[in-house]
Amino acid sequence: MANDKQYWKGISQLTDETKFAEKHSGEFAEYIPVEDFIGDKAKMETSSTNRRDFLKFLGFSTVAATLAACEAPVMKAIPYVNRPDDITPGVANWYASSFFDGHDYASILVKTREGRPIKLEGNTLSPITKGKLSARVQASVLSLYDSARLKGPKMKSGNAWADKAWSEADAAIGAKLAQSKGIAILSSTIISPSTKAAIAEFSAKYTNVRHVTYDSISYSGMMKANLSSFGKALIPTYRFDKADVIVSLGADFLANWLSPIEHARQYGITRKVGKDKKTMSKHFQFESNMSITGANADERFPVKPSQLAQIALGLLNGVGGGGSASNVMGTQVTKVADALKGARGKGLVVCGSNDAALQLVVNEINKSIGAIGTTIDWENPDYTHQGDDAAVKKLVEDMGTSIDTVIFYNTNPVYSAPMALNFGAAMKKLSCRISFSGMLDETAAMCDFICPDHHYLEAWNDHNPRKGHYSIQQPAIRPLFSTRHAQETLLLWSGNKTDYHTYLQKGWKSNMLPMQHTFGDFAAFWNSSVRDGVSELWPATATQTEDEKKSLLGITKKDKDKSDTISANDESAVVSVSNDSVSFTGGTITLSEATSQLSSWKGGKYELSIYASTALGNGAQSQNPWLQELPDPITKITWDNYITMNPADVKEMKLFGVEGDDKDAVIVRFDQMEDMLDVVEITANGYKTKLPVWFQPGQARGSIGIAVGYGRKGFNEIIDNTGANIYPAVGMSASGTMSYDVYDVQLADAGVEQHKIATTQSHSTIMGRNEDILRETTLAAFAKDERAGNPRPTMHTYKGEADVEKVNLWNDFERPNHQWSMAIDLNSCIGCGACVIACNAENNVPVVGKDEVHRSREMHWMRIDRYFSSDTVKEEEDKKDEEGKGELGLMEMYRHMENPSFDNPKVVFQPVMCQHCNHAPCETVCPVLATNHSSEGLNQMAYNRCVGTRYCANNCPFKVRRFNWFNYTEYHRFEKTNLNPAHDLLGRMVLNPDVVVRSRGVMEKCTMCVQRIQGGKLDAKKAGVRPADGMINTACAQTCPTDAITFGDLNDMKSAVSAMEKDGRKFEMLEETGVRPSVFYLTKVWNREDEKAHV
Amino acid sequence: MQHESPLRDPLILGDRTYHEITTDIAKPIEGKANKYWYLVFTISVAAFIWGFSCLAYTIGTGIGQWGANKTVGWAWDITNFVWWIGIGHAGTLISAVLLLFRQKWRMAINRSAEAMTIFAVMCAAVFVTMHTGRPWLDYWLFPHANQFGSLWVNFNSPLTWDVFAVSTYFTVSLVFWYLGLIPDFGAIRDRFKVQGKPMQEKIYKILSFGWSGRARDWSRFEEVSLVLAGLSTPLVFSVHSIVSMDFATSVVPGWHTTIFPPYFVAGAIFSGFAMVSTLLLIMRKVLSLEHYITIQHIEMMNIIITLTGSMVGVAYLSELFISWYSGVEYEGYAFMNRATGPYWWSYWGMMTCNVISPQLFWFKKIRTSLIATMVLSIVVNIGMWFERFVIIVTSLHRDYLPSSWTMYHPTWVEIGIFTGTIGMFFTFFLLFARTFPVIALSELKTILKSSGEQYKRERAEKSPSPVTETTSH
Repeated sequence: MANDKQYWKGISQLTDETKFAEKHSGEFAEYIPVEDFIGDKAKMETSSTNRRDFLKFLGFSTVAATLAACEAPVMKAIPYVNRPDDITPGVANWYASSFFDGHDYASILVKTREGRPIKLEGNTLSPITKGKLSARVQASVLSLYDSARLKGPKMKSGNAWADKAWSEADAAIGAKLAQSKGIAILSSTIISPSTKAAIAEFSAKYTNVRHVTYDSISYSGMMKANLSSFGKALIPTYRFDKADVIVSLGADFLANWLSPIEHARQYGITRKVGKDKKTMSKHFQFESNMSITGANADERFPVKPSQLAQIALGLLNGVGGGGSASNVMGTQVTKVADALKGARGKGLVVCGSNDAALQLVVNEINKSIGAIGTTIDWENPDYTHQGDDAAVKKLVEDMGTSIDTVIFYNTNPVYSAPMALNFGAAMKKLSCRISFSGMLDETAAMCDFICPDHHYLEAWNDHNPRKGHYSIQQPAIRPLFSTRHAQETLLLWSGNKTDYHTYLQKGWKSNMLPMQHTFGDFAAFWNSSVRDGVSELWPATATQTEDEKKSLLGITKKDKDKSDTISANDESAVVSVSNDSVSFTGGTITLSEATSQLSSWKGGKYELSIYASTALGNGAQSQNPWLQELPDPITKITWDNYITMNPADVKEMKLFGVEGDDKDAVIVRFDQMEDMLDVVEITANGYKTKLPVWFQPGQARGSIGIAVGYGRKGFNEIIDNTGANIYPAVGMSASGTMSYDVYDVQLADAGVEQHKIATTQSHSTIMGRNEDILRETTLAAFAKDERAGNPRPTMHTYKGEADVEKVNLWNDFERPNHQWSMAIDLNSCIGCGACVIACNAENNVPVVGKDEVHRSREMHWMRIDRYFSSDTVKEEEDKKDEEGKGELGLMEMYRHMENPSFDNPKVVFQPVMCQHCNHAPCETVCPVLATNHSSEGLNQMAYNRCVGTRYCANNCPFKVRRFNWFNYTEYHRFEKTNLNPAHDLLGRMVLNPDVVVRSRGVMEKCTMCVQRIQGGKLDAKKAGVRPADGMINTACAQTCPTDAITFGDLNDMKSAVSAMEKDGRKFEMLEETGVRPSVFYLTKVWNREDEKAHV
Repeated sequence: MQHESPLRDPLILGDRTYHEITTDIAKPIEGKANKYWYLVFTISVAAFIWGFSCLAYTIGTGIGQWGANKTVGWAWDITNFVWWIGIGHAGTLISAVLLLFRQKWRMAINRSAEAMTIFAVMCAAVFVTMHTGRPWLDYWLFPHANQFGSLWVNFNSPLTWDVFAVSTYFTVSLVFWYLGLIPDFGAIRDRFKVQGKPMQEKIYKILSFGWSGRARDWSRFEEVSLVLAGLSTPLVFSVHSIVSMDFATSVVPGWHTTIFPPYFVAGAIFSGFAMVSTLLLIMRKVLSLEHYITIQHIEMMNIIITLTGSMVGVAYLSELFISWYSGVEYEGYAFMNRATGPYWWSYWGMMTCNVISPQLFWFKKIRTSLIATMVLSIVVNIGMWFERFVIIVTSLHRDYLPSSWTMYHPTWVEIGIFTGTIGMFFTFFLLFARTFPVIALSELKTILKSSGEQYKRERAEKSPSPVTETTSH
């Protein structure tokens, strides 16, 4: 339909149509002087280059656009639409929290960036861990982002798992629980009063509930001995810092025994020497496996596990407490006993065995030497290990009869229980199995229901690791998945619908608030406790009257009202559960019983000592790739467990083709066995498994060692194929104590079978290079002369002998502002590897996997070199040669030096990271200036500029540079499973946004945490001051439990590092090369008479 | 025209005339290849493709496909680079140094020796450019105008010197080689014109740059040749000296050695001549060039091999002596480790192949035997490969800190790439032999009358008494 209507655009159209038409004929109503803008109109019209120019521009823009398109792909970052109040992008928030996994306890600070926990540091307020962390705690942040974590509750239907909603799971489980005859909660040690209260509520709701504590690494025998000796089934606190003489019978107290972070710190204090302190503790170690504790001992005596009985009795005899003279290492035992007697009240004997008889004798020794009350503190018993082996045994017997339902909380007995318990079979007899595991571990896989607990960084909790010491576990992130507090789950099943956060607060209000004196108001008390993470709380003594208590606490009615505002409305108190009143079913033992038991100990041809490795501990974090790739401090092996065996025994077993009496046949060069190890089948306590054999110098003859924590099943291809599980070989005595020493094992060569192993250090001796690489002395020599064992290196010049410092090819750089430096005290370093993991976490160091480590391509920015001493000492051989008595030729000598002493080598650890040379060899050879020097003494890497010639790495005398052989975050070879955290989106959340993730083909290395230095400088600048000493610290130095690493500014005369620089023990590695490192070391001092201190 | 003493053996045998020289040398270009050529060519191309697939795999995924590691940062890559560069050396030495010394015997072999140089440097370039972690950024090694701020190359770095040395060397060698080819291309072009093959004529016309053969052309040709020879001569010494500085200026025990520059140059000439021998022995047979590449040529080259081999041997022994005499622990151990460590086989392989085997050439019977020369020239090249492997891998794998000592094992990818460069080398060389005049025919013709067999005979008949007559007219 035609539209003949006309709409006027204005009155002008109506009045003056022609003018209007003219005005509107152009594109714009008004005249726009386009041409005038472009230039001379006439010229423009006549110019013939217009079109060409246009084409040039077109071509240029096309090429420019094409080139721009070649740039790296853009990664999306989503900004906050509404910024949360407490988050400033780019600024980290720190939250105090606590770590406890049933094995290790630590009070921690969680660094979160944009809501993601990315790094853990120690909480300096904690009297237990004092701001220090171990490798395992450092690494635990990564397990938060494990893609193997369960995303929500699961229910088994048939053989398949079905994902359920929480409500469905609760309903189904509720129905099951209602029908149960008897319910057991099997958990690892729980030190949380609120969790115990929740369990108590659950027990109250259902009849016949039994709570059994099961620790895979059990201290039950110790509790039994303590119950017998002291009347308390508890474990005291040990004060290594107060001990002058430390004797350990197989206790790896620096890495795994009871409270290793604390012990390491205390031990570090006794090992420090300096201008004003020329004494240090004397440490004796009797052990079969070479542990890091044994490696640090001044005197180490390799004995078979069964021989510890004789040693203990001998020591008891020596200190005059009964017992009998030892027929093993008699003279040494007497010597040690004399040392203990000499240090009355300042001696300490610890024992790693779980045998009650042995522990009882050790208690008697400690009593005899006056250790109780001085080095052994019964005032503050330690609650972190409460496992009750006998109760576990009883539970397994009752499973299927009086117990038909078991709830597994933070425990994995199907994997870790001794074969003698036959746990798997007992499990099948149950009618209902429930797991709170956050992962589908071996036990959870056999359950009917999995109600996944939060990761500890997502969860609220409280801990009472020691009498009077409480700490809060505060979540640092919202739960990533549909998981739920295990305590909340238990409460819900008992009909209490309180969320755990509120429940916790209620518990603290009713139980903890009255124990303190500082705050009257619960809100203030709660906030302070959460902020600090730790609180010292002591129950009011019974003699105080109610009024006295009130006045002591300063509680007024008003305060009381105020505190209500924070807590839930429900006023019902939470039951108080003390860790002191732990039930223990192990019974007691008398000294005469113990002595007769110990006297009868007999070992077979080979004895096995099962140990927890420094990296994996009890295996609770086996799936953590950082820990798997942390080289064992002694063997330097990653991603595997193995049998450690003395090389002489290897020869006897005729492994590795070693045969005959030929002396050379035993001399196996370690680099030649870096590839394949012979596999041996081991039978222990009826359990059979196959493991590769590793030559372990210092392993007691006739003994072998195997680490737990490996051979997991059901995780992923990689974790499942690392090592074999040895937990089933753990023995179970008639009284129900687990024994980690097996006194008779059978070994059989598995024939041609071999196993590939990945070690980060295939060469174990220092090859007579002590002078240049690491220096040692004895305490006696050090007391006389601070420079003992540390002469200035000199060099021949045309003017005669000169100090190498004076012989310099280069001009020195100016250091106008700062001169960052690092001091490493070799005397304090225990080789635990906490620094390595701290560095990994801080600097986004990629995990590369076993295959790449096998190719010597681990990416760790810092490593801990471990050297064994050799029977052939270069100095001695040279001396013999001069006297004309030399037996070995030069080549033979070197070949022999490659082999460590088999029997009992001395061990030295040396942390090595980029030495930040002031005349860096790497800097001169880089063709593109990608590595260069800062005016603050740092050797820097410009990753973007690096082309990857690897010349710098070749020219680095310390071999600390690491090359990105692949794109570890993208290349599919590293994709399988969660090998490299940066490979999947979840794992990437752990990355530190302050540190770039290096691309393939570039070189990287330690930066001395340059991001922390810059951050610290900015903070200082904002405050208008110079950064004070201690304000800036590197990740490695921060976490070091023994304070072996000190970072600081040499230009600051008052800094700790400046003082150390002037120390008589100071030396630089390879000083004669003239590279002038910024990192220096302090001589290792041994407290042994032996003049031959050297490795 | 020069007259040459009749005492000297003729350099061109078989009574060749000028025309016959042209036909002999143009024959492979004009004729058809036999099945052996096709067989070898197929194998070479296959190796070439395989090698470059390995290279593509490396570029696509990462240098981690090779066996190098945290301690041994360079291994086969730089070993092969130095080996190929070394092989290239003989070409320049023959064409430049021997030209300046007026060694006429060089004329029969310089063309193919130079071709070998070009191809060897190309193979070397594959390694030196592809050994980097991010080869697409290799251009940063050149001091080019850029927008990276004030960022340029590091002139302190021997790798930067290397970039200049190798690229200059390649450019000059290529120009020098091509220059010599121009008159010969002209000759081939003219032959195709006569034969009525317009396609080929056109191609060679372009290749010959319109060579006219006028006196002015020749005069310019001679002048430029001389200038380029003068330019190339220092390059013979500079390239390998600088390559050796990659090692000599470092702090690595076993690398940090002042003897390296002369020792590397001698080694390079040594391996280069061995490679020339290998190639020419095959070529003279396949292309029937026995008249031009005579036993005398072979013998001359063998004498140079013996000389440079002995120099290399002296260098090895000096190194050993100094490592002991210096009293430096690391230096001493580095050399002891070479001889007795886990890579002892490479050291003794090197010693046997490079020091002992060329001494056999003291026997005239051996140095004039084709089969012996063939075998020994290959042995020498294996030995020189070992030498570079010994220097690079055994020095790195055990340097200062025993904690970082480790082993190096090559991977199939690396071996593939090395095979690929050998394939590439032979592919190019085989193509060269079929399309380019393999002997500098215009140059050769200049000595026909002085060194040709029949002319010598005629002269000897004219004046029976042996008069030395070396002045040119």
